[in-house]
Amino acid sequence: MSLLRIVRRQEPLGWGSCLVLLAAIGVSLLLSSVVLLVGGTPPVEGIAALFKGAFGSRYALEDALVKATPIFLCSLGVALAFKLQVWNIGAEGQFALGAVGASWMALSFPEAPAFVVLPLMIAMAMLAGGLWGLIPAVLRQKLKTNEIIVTLMMNYIAILILDYLVYGIWKDPTSYGFPMTAQFSESAIVGKIGSTNFSWGLVHCLVLGLLLWVFLTYSRLGFEIKASGDNVRAARYAGIPYDRLVMLVMALSGALAAWAGFLEASATINRLQPTIMAGYGYTAIVVAWLARLNPFYIAVASFLLAGLRVGVEGLQLDLQVPAAFGGIVEGLILLTVLAGGLFTSYRIVFRTRPHEY
Amino acid sequence: MRLSRILAAAVLGIGLCVSPVVAKEMNVGFIYVSPIGDAGWSYAHDQGRLALEEMDGVKTAYVEAVAEGPDSERVMQNMARKGYDIIFATSFGYMDPMLKVAKQFPDTVFMHCSGFKTADNMGTYFGRMYEARYLSGMVAGAMTKSNTIGYVAAFPIPEVIRGINAFALGAQSLNPDATVRVVWTKTWYDPATEKEAAKSLLDVGADVIAQHQDSPGPQEAAQEKGVYSIGYNSDMSAFAPNAHLTAPIWNWGPYYKSVVKQVQDGTWKAGSSWTGLAEGIVDLSPMSDMVPKDVQDKVMAKKEAIKGGEKVFVGPLQDQKGVEKVGAGVAMSDEELLGMTWFVQGVIGTTE
Repeated sequence: MSLLRIVRRQEPLGWGSCLVLLAAIGVSLLLSSVVLLVGGTPPVEGIAALFKGAFGSRYALEDALVKATPIFLCSLGVALAFKLQVWNIGAEGQFALGAVGASWMALSFPEAPAFVVLPLMIAMAMLAGGLWGLIPAVLRQKLKTNEIIVTLMMNYIAILILDYLVYGIWKDPTSYGFPMTAQFSESAIVGKIGSTNFSWGLVHCLVLGLLLWVFLTYSRLGFEIKASGDNVRAARYAGIPYDRLVMLVMALSGALAAWAGFLEASATINRLQPTIMAGYGYTAIVVAWLARLNPFYIAVASFLLAGLRVGVEGLQLDLQVPAAFGGIVEGLILLTVLAGGLFTSYRIVFRTRPHEY
Repeated sequence: MRLSRILAAAVLGIGLCVSPVVAKEMNVGFIYVSPIGDAGWSYAHDQGRLALEEMDGVKTAYVEAVAEGPDSERVMQNMARKGYDIIFATSFGYMDPMLKVAKQFPDTVFMHCSGFKTADNMGTYFGRMYEARYLSGMVAGAMTKSNTIGYVAAFPIPEVIRGINAFALGAQSLNPDATVRVVWTKTWYDPATEKEAAKSLLDVGADVIAQHQDSPGPQEAAQEKGVYSIGYNSDMSAFAPNAHLTAPIWNWGPYYKSVVKQVQDGTWKAGSSWTGLAEGIVDLSPMSDMVPKDVQDKVMAKKEAIKGGEKVFVGPLQDQKGVEKVGAGVAMSDEELLGMTWFVQGVIGTTE
């Protein structure tokens, strides 16, 4: 018989969970230092370079914010679906179709002023991404297909559609045959805020994040989502239209990822090209889990993860650490934070003497 | 007053004497699209970077596996902010980001590989790899028995299409019946996908595998099946000693040295550089003993001819449907080569 017992906590840990989180990040950084040491890089200097590159200057902070934007929106969408216990792995494809939809409008109305073309781009992006999210939801509820597999497979289809367009009918005739659309007109580009490096997309994020939080916390639908996520059968019994809820949530989820695709095409790249696909849809899943599906934590987690990715580049440049190190640190953080979750919902009891049954 | 003038003159004098003697300290940054351990494209560029380290007063650093698009823009910005004097970006997708960053940092020298846009402080450079590919095509054409040569290719962009065409023309020069079957992987560096693509070509009867990929995956597939292969980027014979016949390879060191030297001397000007076998930026790796002596001689003779100014793309050239695209005796212009989007006759596959 063991002297350790794991007991479920009766009450949530509250502020203690912050401590657990910090400890988890500390452990992962410690492990990362060991990896650095093994690779022949001075670990203290390395971790310092990582932080300096990520958050050590105004530029670094701006870069982290820019990088966090698409991750945040995709993650918001993914978290919404996860709340309902619907496993949407398809943010990547919904992001791709969002970029496609937005680009379609930008290329169709090159002369239109910003107040016409930008709303059109957003609407078309949300429509395309929302439909892409809706399809697996309908299949799931009507044909009992597994949404994990369907959304994952639809990612490939979406990316191939994007490829087909930029290699084919949308290819810029002045690009020497390289796969990219023509640059969007000035009015189809979401501009930068003042002299900073980040675009108004950041404001979109704030507004969408707040809206989602209000929706989940104060609306009836938000309550129904939470209730159905906790227990589908109880929700059905209570008369919650579960099928429709799944479809709505998946469409919204897709639309949010699509919004990220719109911003990435419009504000960051200013055109559509295959390299727009940087895997944000998959990163979003990691972020959503790290943040326990809470919109505010998602903002923090996407900023930190984006900062980490930016910081690793600085670390690479200054100390010539291989690129793979970034992936290792990311994996370690995810692992320790998720493992740390054990301590927030359970406590470990040391027994002084063996128990008799 | 007088003292300060004398001092100023002295300082100026010292400055004038000293500055031309010591080569300017240069920080040179490189941005690679894949890890340098890929044995391919980025590895070849990194060999060039290491060659720079031998120069006086030159320090280099690199960032690897940087995605094209916004990530690369950020990396370049950070290099420029940290005071790097010259930045080399070695993937096509870095072109537009580099153009943006070049405008923000007018005092930094930017060099972009494989694109077509330039600015006052941004030059573009590339090598005429198609010349070396023509030579490797001759080897493949001579060695194939089934007359089907498999070609695992990355993306249907002009650079790759041009290489396939040159390869096919080379093969046909020694074997008029040779055909080149193309499979697109839509990846630059994905060892598993690229190996699978090679296998699919082996299944349709290809007995020589060539590649425009940065991983040695196709080489391994050829070796396992017991057929021949043509590498790319660097001498890949270590990965498939029994299959590897030769490889068209990059040799960036001398070029990178010349650019850094020009910047040090203050003679650098933005422009576009597209040199080939004659300048040594591309080459053919040593041919395997499996290639008969007479074939080797023909290939080496052709290499000398190309070095001497002979053109690879000279009409008559027909496209896949047999329509004449280039008239007899006409050499294609650089402009046409840079925008090449059609296959020559004898290539099986589509450019979509």
